[in-house]
Amino acid sequence: MAPPVINTGPGRRSRSNKKAQMGVFAGYLVAGFGALLGAALLVISLLRPETFNGLRTMAADAASPAGEAGAVGRTQSQGFFEAVAGYYRAGSRNAELEEEVKIARVRLAEAEALRQENARLKAVLGLAADDARTVAVARLIGSTSSSARRIGYLSAGRADGVRPGMPVTSPMGLVGRILEVGGRSSRVLLLTDSESMVPVRRAEDNLVAFAEGRSDGSLRLRLINLGINPIKPGDVFVTSGAGGLFRPNIPVALATEITRDGAIAQLLSNPAATDVVVVEPIWQPEAAAAVRAPAPEAAEAPTG
Amino acid sequence: MERLNPQSRRDPFGSRINRAQSPLLAYGLPWLTILLGSLTPWLPIIAPAPVLPPFGFMLMLAWRLLRPGLLPLWAGLPLGLFDDLYSGQPLGSGIVLFSLTLIAIELLEIRFPWRSFWLDWLTAGLILALYLAFAALLSGAELTFVQLTVIGPQLLLSIVLVPLVARMVALLDRLRLMRVRYLG
Repeated sequence: MAPPVINTGPGRRSRSNKKAQMGVFAGYLVAGFGALLGAALLVISLLRPETFNGLRTMAADAASPAGEAGAVGRTQSQGFFEAVAGYYRAGSRNAELEEEVKIARVRLAEAEALRQENARLKAVLGLAADDARTVAVARLIGSTSSSARRIGYLSAGRADGVRPGMPVTSPMGLVGRILEVGGRSSRVLLLTDSESMVPVRRAEDNLVAFAEGRSDGSLRLRLINLGINPIKPGDVFVTSGAGGLFRPNIPVALATEITRDGAIAQLLSNPAATDVVVVEPIWQPEAAAAVRAPAPEAAEAPTG
Repeated sequence: MERLNPQSRRDPFGSRINRAQSPLLAYGLPWLTILLGSLTPWLPIIAPAPVLPPFGFMLMLAWRLLRPGLLPLWAGLPLGLFDDLYSGQPLGSGIVLFSLTLIAIELLEIRFPWRSFWLDWLTAGLILALYLAFAALLSGAELTFVQLTVIGPQLLLSIVLVPLVARMVALLDRLRLMRVRYLG
């Protein structure tokens, strides 16, 4: 456990010990140089986050096959744990669910009626249904689970047509957007990252807000029009289409706790529970151009 | 004639006949395990919040505290760089923090050359607290009160896991010095 002895005493300083001391000094010098180099790189990457994209995406490409194998295991093991947990809360959950099913049945009938009416009206207007188009279907194969940033790794890259800025969705709702693209893998800025900001609106009316990540798994909704806060717990928020990056009406979050200027909301599409995600094209090409041109802004949401 | 003890040709690192310790294993295993620890973002866990301890950093800490002199003082540069490629932190934060940690332990060792398990745990805990705080500070995300509450559980988990990681590294250390068969 003891470190090598460098100096055996004040009087005795042999030649080899001098040599050892020089070695130790050189070690400190190199280590200090390393730390300084790191500091310089850090400053560069904080000021210009896109500088080292190539290096990172190359590394991600190299490690993605292993991650993909693990992703299959994840979805299976999740099913296993859920099955076990289900036995513990079966009774109370059952009663709750029956109540919900009753309500849902009514809602389903209403939705079906609306859908038919919608189709009829669209046919009258001659509109084509321009719903979700798909660029790629891929798995979320990992995430930065020990860093304060929330970035996921996706098993599709440039070869699959994925480009920076594209929205990533799951059947449950919005997951995030593509940040950097490698050959066969890409990095996804998850909604809960504190740099992520999505323009949203309340599903039933046009109450607009911004959904910011809080990096603890929830979102912070900030109303654009300040005044009396009309949000109630249980309100569902969907993308508004503002900014042109995300198509409108992708479910985003469920408000759970009311704050002074908005609400704290839970993600509808928990990335941990999603197996396969869909990469969609950018909704409005003009926004795509705006995203591509100033690269540092790619990490931030388009406002407006 | 007295029978030889069948164990007489063995020591804790295996048989001594036609087997020798491999320099590749002895010097490569610490590096390999730390690099593998840095690959935790590829574990099939999609975390909505930072929950996992920084395994790469913890493994480096454990190796350094168990075997002084095995990792050179400049090891923070390559190890931190590799960690940065996958951790999601801006490139450079790992290099700085890993390098400064190694220098800090070196200086600490001059002050406390003989350490106990408890002192090692205390050291590792303090360094982990500083590491997580600075990693959050340097992550490029704006720091709010929420982030501090997120780091808390992660820090507690990391500190609790320190003895476990140290134990694992001690096992790996025996593997590291195992004799392997050589040809010729």
